[in-house]
Amino acid sequence: MATVDLKEVKKVYPSGVEAVKGVSIAIPDKELCVLVGPSGCGKSTLLRMIAGLETISAGTVAIDGKVVNAIGPTERDIAMVFQNYALYPHMKVYDNMAYGLRNRGTPKDEIDSRVRSTAKVLELSALLDRRPRELSGGQRQRVAMGRAIVRNPKVFLFDEPLSNLDAKLRGQMRVEIKNLQRALGVTSVYVTHDQLEAMTLADILVVMNAGLVEQTGAPLDIYEKPASIFVASFIGAPPMNLLALTGSSSGPILADGTAIGFAPPETPAVTLGFRPEDADVTFNAEALPGALVLPATVEAVEPVGAESFLHCAAAGSRIIVRVSGRATAKPGDQLRVVAKAEKLHWFDQAGKRVD
Amino acid sequence: MAPQLAITLVFFYWPAGQALYQSMLRQDPFGLRTKFVWFANFRKVLADPAYLNSIQVTVVFSLATAIVAMGVALLLAVMAEKAVRGKGLYRTLLIWPYAVAPAIAGMLWLFLFNPSIGSLAYLLRSLGIAWDPLLNGTHAMILLVSAAAWKQISYNFLFFVAGLQAVPKTLIEAAAMDGAGETKRFWTIVFPLLAPTTFFLLVVNTVYALFDTFGIVHAVTGGGPGKATETLVYKVYNDGFVNLILGDSAAQSVILMAIVIALTAIQFRYVERKVHYG
Repeated sequence: MATVDLKEVKKVYPSGVEAVKGVSIAIPDKELCVLVGPSGCGKSTLLRMIAGLETISAGTVAIDGKVVNAIGPTERDIAMVFQNYALYPHMKVYDNMAYGLRNRGTPKDEIDSRVRSTAKVLELSALLDRRPRELSGGQRQRVAMGRAIVRNPKVFLFDEPLSNLDAKLRGQMRVEIKNLQRALGVTSVYVTHDQLEAMTLADILVVMNAGLVEQTGAPLDIYEKPASIFVASFIGAPPMNLLALTGSSSGPILADGTAIGFAPPETPAVTLGFRPEDADVTFNAEALPGALVLPATVEAVEPVGAESFLHCAAAGSRIIVRVSGRATAKPGDQLRVVAKAEKLHWFDQAGKRVD
Repeated sequence: MAPQLAITLVFFYWPAGQALYQSMLRQDPFGLRTKFVWFANFRKVLADPAYLNSIQVTVVFSLATAIVAMGVALLLAVMAEKAVRGKGLYRTLLIWPYAVAPAIAGMLWLFLFNPSIGSLAYLLRSLGIAWDPLLNGTHAMILLVSAAAWKQISYNFLFFVAGLQAVPKTLIEAAAMDGAGETKRFWTIVFPLLAPTTFFLLVVNTVYALFDTFGIVHAVTGGGPGKATETLVYKVYNDGFVNLILGDSAAQSVILMAIVIALTAIQFRYVERKVHYG
């Protein structure tokens, strides 16, 4: 029903702090865009600028092709789910959901039917006469969602909506949000610092760092081809293993002197990385052409159930290797970590990806 | 015996007992003859049109003072919240009047609005208003309410500022996104959430207007013109110490004591159980 276009959006606070340093994102209709990044990267500020709760210092925000810089939050026809839910404590659940419709002069019987049908979708029908303080965290979260959905706005904004829930509920709500968003087909912007949430929810994933966009794309594309060291270490849990390279007469070698064993990319790279699941361990000593082989010492084993993570010391750094099932290695074991050449990621001096 | 108990006995229970005893005595102005009359003083006081007038004056005065003091304070607090620069200075200046003694505050207003020498009275007259608090009872009441409310605004302001700061900002933002304009947000979100503060202040202001305004009444109007601004507290003083009808005065102060006890009970019952949201 609406597209959201950000063009070179900047936010400079009166104190001179530049929270957002020029961000451009185009969100197509009906898609869910996730802004992810560490705290202080400007993602929440960006969301609040789309909402109209913060003024825009430079650039434009357009909703449905119409620039809304000068339009207040009241007239933007956007709904937001806040991190602390921001339910009106003195109103019953019903009135919380009806508030936005009443403000827009919707007829009474239409308000009633819309609130009740939304409540039904979110399984809130039995709670309509309660006040927010009588609800559990998960129920409050649903009411906050209901309040946004019932208005049928052009755009949904989510500001870390799941961070106050326990892990199990978070997983459930994540799926529910995704299904609801698809079913309703409302363009959405979702802010989170949790990369798992970001990966699973996003149609478009935007990784932000220090007020700038590091990479935009489909979640799996970003996972498979991180554009920078920052993205590589931020997306994926456990994070990508990164090893520093130094030059030598025979080409780059690892910082501790280990040879790479095959030809590196033509552009000079100073860091190489591989994901924990792209490596394996072996106790054998046979030659493995076309692979990075690192002698390593196991320092710790983390069994998770379906998989185990081996924390190893190799090439002067800590690396993590994922092995499926029960790990045979024990702390103190000497072994070799093997990563196939095509699974390696290379980064240059500026931390950018090199292919 | 605990010293605080001794102090309470000497300075509270003993005079209160004396007042109760006095209220049942009839005495000549020179204190030469005294007669125990049971509740005759109460019957006389409660049947006295002047006393009933005084009750009416007190109700009007207290309500008007509480409403004006709270209304203005709330308006100022909301504006102080919106101030971008000089918030601290603005607040400090608004808190100062609280440090002014009631009698001094009364004198200030008296001078400003005195029909012959008051500068603001002159201004009012030049605007075509026949301002005369010395002869017009309504004008005297307006002046009194203004002076009493002015004194109390600071206190209310302080509480309202604290109350406003306690309203979560995200609620106001959520309401804005729900399409509520600024005025609507205030009346549907902020004001209901201020209810505990407002109720507390209502009790405090009523008690203040009832019992704490003797100095202002004495300084500004002395209960006049006629008996247009003679509040209950002022009448106790007038009957007892000016007219020397000690029995009547004592009976009136016993009635006041009953009112204080009732108000305190209300305060404990409702204010202590403040509405908590969250």
